[in-house]
Amino acid sequence: MNLGPKMPSSPQVFTGCLGQAGLPMIFFLGSPKGNYFLQPRLSLGQFPKFLAKSWAREGHAQEPQTRDSKRLLAVQLALGVSEKAKFDSVSAASMVEELRESFASGKSRSYEWRMSQIKMLLNMVEERESDIIKALQEDLSKPELESFISEISMTKASCKLVLKELKHWMKPEKAKTSLTTAASSAEIVSEPLGVVLVISTWNYPFLLSLDPVIGAIAAGNAVVLKPSEIAPATSSLLARFLTEYLDSSAIQVVEGSVSETTALLEQRWDKIFYTGNGKVGRIVMAAAAKHLTPVVLELGGKSPVIVDSNINLDVAAKRITVGKWASNNGQACIAPDYILTTKSFAPKLVDALKSTLENFFGEDPSQSKDLSRIVNYNHFTRLTKLLDEDKVSDKIVHGGQRDGKRLYIAPTILLDVPQDSLIMNDEIFGPLFPIITVDKLEESFDFINSKPKPLSAYLFTKDKMLEKEFVRRVSAGGLLINDTILQLTVDSLPFGGVGESGMGSYHGKFSFDAFSHKKAVMYRSFGGEAPVRYPPYTPQKLSLLKALFNGDIIGIILALIGRPRK
Amino acid sequence: MEFLHIDKSMEELRESFKSRRTRSVAWRKSQLKGLLRLLEEKEEEIFRALQEDIGKPRVEAYRDEVAVIKKSLDLSLACLEEWMASKKVRVPIIAFPTSGEVVPEPLGVVLIISSWNCPFGLSLDPLVGAIAAGNAAVVKPSELAPASSAFMANNLPNYLDNKAVKVIQGGVSVTEQLLDKKWDKILFTGSARVGRIVMTAAAKHLTPVILELGGKCPAIYDTLSSSMDTRVNLLKDQIKKSYGDNPREISMTRIINKHHFQRLRSILKDPKVAASVVHGGSMDEDNLFIEPTILMNPPLDSDIMTEEIFGPLLPIITLEKIEDSIEFISSRPQPLAIYVFTKNETLKKRVISETSSGSVTFNDCIIQYVLDTLPFGGVGQSGFGKYHGKFSFDAFSHEKAVLRRSFITEFSFGYPPWNDYKLRFIRAAFSFDYIALFLLFVGLKRS
Repeated sequence: MNLGPKMPSSPQVFTGCLGQAGLPMIFFLGSPKGNYFLQPRLSLGQFPKFLAKSWAREGHAQEPQTRDSKRLLAVQLALGVSEKAKFDSVSAASMVEELRESFASGKSRSYEWRMSQIKMLLNMVEERESDIIKALQEDLSKPELESFISEISMTKASCKLVLKELKHWMKPEKAKTSLTTAASSAEIVSEPLGVVLVISTWNYPFLLSLDPVIGAIAAGNAVVLKPSEIAPATSSLLARFLTEYLDSSAIQVVEGSVSETTALLEQRWDKIFYTGNGKVGRIVMAAAAKHLTPVVLELGGKSPVIVDSNINLDVAAKRITVGKWASNNGQACIAPDYILTTKSFAPKLVDALKSTLENFFGEDPSQSKDLSRIVNYNHFTRLTKLLDEDKVSDKIVHGGQRDGKRLYIAPTILLDVPQDSLIMNDEIFGPLFPIITVDKLEESFDFINSKPKPLSAYLFTKDKMLEKEFVRRVSAGGLLINDTILQLTVDSLPFGGVGESGMGSYHGKFSFDAFSHKKAVMYRSFGGEAPVRYPPYTPQKLSLLKALFNGDIIGIILALIGRPRK
Repeated sequence: MEFLHIDKSMEELRESFKSRRTRSVAWRKSQLKGLLRLLEEKEEEIFRALQEDIGKPRVEAYRDEVAVIKKSLDLSLACLEEWMASKKVRVPIIAFPTSGEVVPEPLGVVLIISSWNCPFGLSLDPLVGAIAAGNAAVVKPSELAPASSAFMANNLPNYLDNKAVKVIQGGVSVTEQLLDKKWDKILFTGSARVGRIVMTAAAKHLTPVILELGGKCPAIYDTLSSSMDTRVNLLKDQIKKSYGDNPREISMTRIINKHHFQRLRSILKDPKVAASVVHGGSMDEDNLFIEPTILMNPPLDSDIMTEEIFGPLLPIITLEKIEDSIEFISSRPQPLAIYVFTKNETLKKRVISETSSGSVTFNDCIIQYVLDTLPFGGVGQSGFGKYHGKFSFDAFSHEKAVLRRSFITEFSFGYPPWNDYKLRFIRAAFSFDYIALFLLFVGLKRS
């Protein structure tokens, strides 16, 4: 039996023994705001097994046992104590109730409120930059520069865009009217959906929590954020700072894992925004279905990179390396997952990648400070299992070294692993890079289309025809030519998946739209009466109606004078 | 038997889509033109099917179903190339030379499940969008409108590419089998109860859905310089004008079937509700006829005021001030449409900003359905997603983001090993601080 999520870095449980009496006592420290507590799995009998299994896969529950957690367990067993989840259905329901009241008061709808919240958020990111970087270091060993580029700057950019454009986004959009609906005007009004839930993930824990929240606030909603417990330092940082900087009558953070998420998913939300994997995505959507709640699912997939021989190899190798290994060490939804190239070009590509790796991370990457580590032991074993599979381990052409204690796996390149291997079927999400060779590069399009649609697909080539074919034939959330991962930074492009990689999109104005209801409004005046619409119906009315619908002036006249068109 | 038939159909549809045949402009236009010909050549038969299923008068059949589909077809044919074209997006200069665009592409094989009240419109209007967007599609018309369903099953194959567009008829068990399959999108029109079932089934395959549901659409009827009695009498007069003194004689849409007839009858059976009838109320079970009925202030907790009526009963709720209607409406589930009859500009503004619904229409009813520059869809319990006009094309498309870079410009500050110099460079880049960038680049700026 294991204890659920890994122990938080700051002590929240204090166990002591009352001297000779041998009576163990358990003291709990922690803010009432919903920091999670250790929960033995046994007592949470009511939460769904399938959710637990999926979360276990996410890496929640198989940490090496720490001394404290073992002691707590023994104490609890001795006491026969069954730990109730601190944040349960009742807490979730009352939180949603409060937020609904807050939303009903209309405060989150005002332009001023939205702007003030986003401004405070921007202040928070600027004032707390070093705390954020520290938390990301603690959770992921993320190099400072990576944290800065990918998490902090992107969050700031999102805030700044909202501050600049919100007034414009909030304006109703005029819609053209037509002869059929004469004497009227029409517009599309964006209104907030209400109370929304954002469930975020661990690999870019700061950005992927705040970017959707920024969209939710910009659109005028009340919002609950559930950060990932696999990045606990960031999770508690978000809980602390969002409470400090933002209006907690409308914006709340709930920390925790399976049971807290289950409690949240039981409630009725006006939208749920989930970032994570397909298994849990299905669970989220099924839970949403009970309340007819629309969802955005930002999932993953195996994002392929097609590499042509007609390229600037040096630049391509650099860009591919950054995309794969300098982005959270491959643990990114849009990280290049595997390479497709021709048999003849593969050796050159492998050499180029090897030398780029050495330039970036030195001869021994385990000594480099610029590589994120594997997030936790569960993912470490998952990745080593992919490497050690029969008929895969002998295809390693570079790397393969690993160190469980430091959660390190060397940047690893493999050549032509079997297509039915695990590494070619599961999303890798790590520093392993298989290369599949084909005879002609065009075959790679069919290869990609035979697999579930990925979040991204990349192509390196100077050949314009190949580029055109690629765009025409490959379906993915987004495509990028001659670079990797940059699509994340262009906020005029919608960011989202298709098929197995998800549904819905966000970034830039798309975030605002994701959390808005586009209400159709039509104005008619009392003039322009068309008795033709009213019973009793006659054949003449029918002809007139037809003419009106077709905008057929002559037909209208003919019908009116009693000589309808046939 | 049904099982095999559905599996075989799915295979055929996937093959058709995979062959890329449905993506060409030529194919899409030929299908849309085929539908147009169907509507023109078979109009009488369509009217007859609707008359048989639900007793729908010809004018309503034209106005609400045939005309709507025709309009969608005309618009799609006229705008198809424009809609299919990719749209360039602005990319920040810092990323030069980079170009970005959004490319619409079909989702694949889609399922349209429609309802019985507008059996043609709700089956074929979404189909127009699905075809225009380049998908293969299955239409599952409602089994409660069997003549319309049979008409579509028998005729569509003669006008459309029946390896890529299919009509599958049936009831609950057929729908269940269809929902078991993997679709690339499902558009469902119907009740909230079945909507939940559809979305739960879709969740297994991560299939995105559009749910067009219902609700209680209120009409706010402002004073307009007349008393309450005057307004009720006006309503009664209009009913007489439209339907004559003996409405049973003239052509009026029937109640669809015995089940719904009994449902409506039991709504009126509640004594407090029955007591509030001020006009009409007569019923004829054999002919599935219910007279246009007006009620005055039935109890707010009665079925008639809590369930969607979907019938010819019109309860009127009177309030102290017309502004109270805003609180009334916003304390209830969000409806598909709100209608407001008023000249009061302040009231209009308040309704828009203080209530939530799929749509709001001032001084008319239903007509918003016809204006295809407006999205048609619900919010909250009335559903999510939208279609009509270009929104139909978008509903069945994936907007694929495409970003192109060249090899020309390279900045070493973008690569590890990281150092302070590179960090400074990147900070400047992210603030679009081009001057700082330039200075750093030429080595003049140190901090």
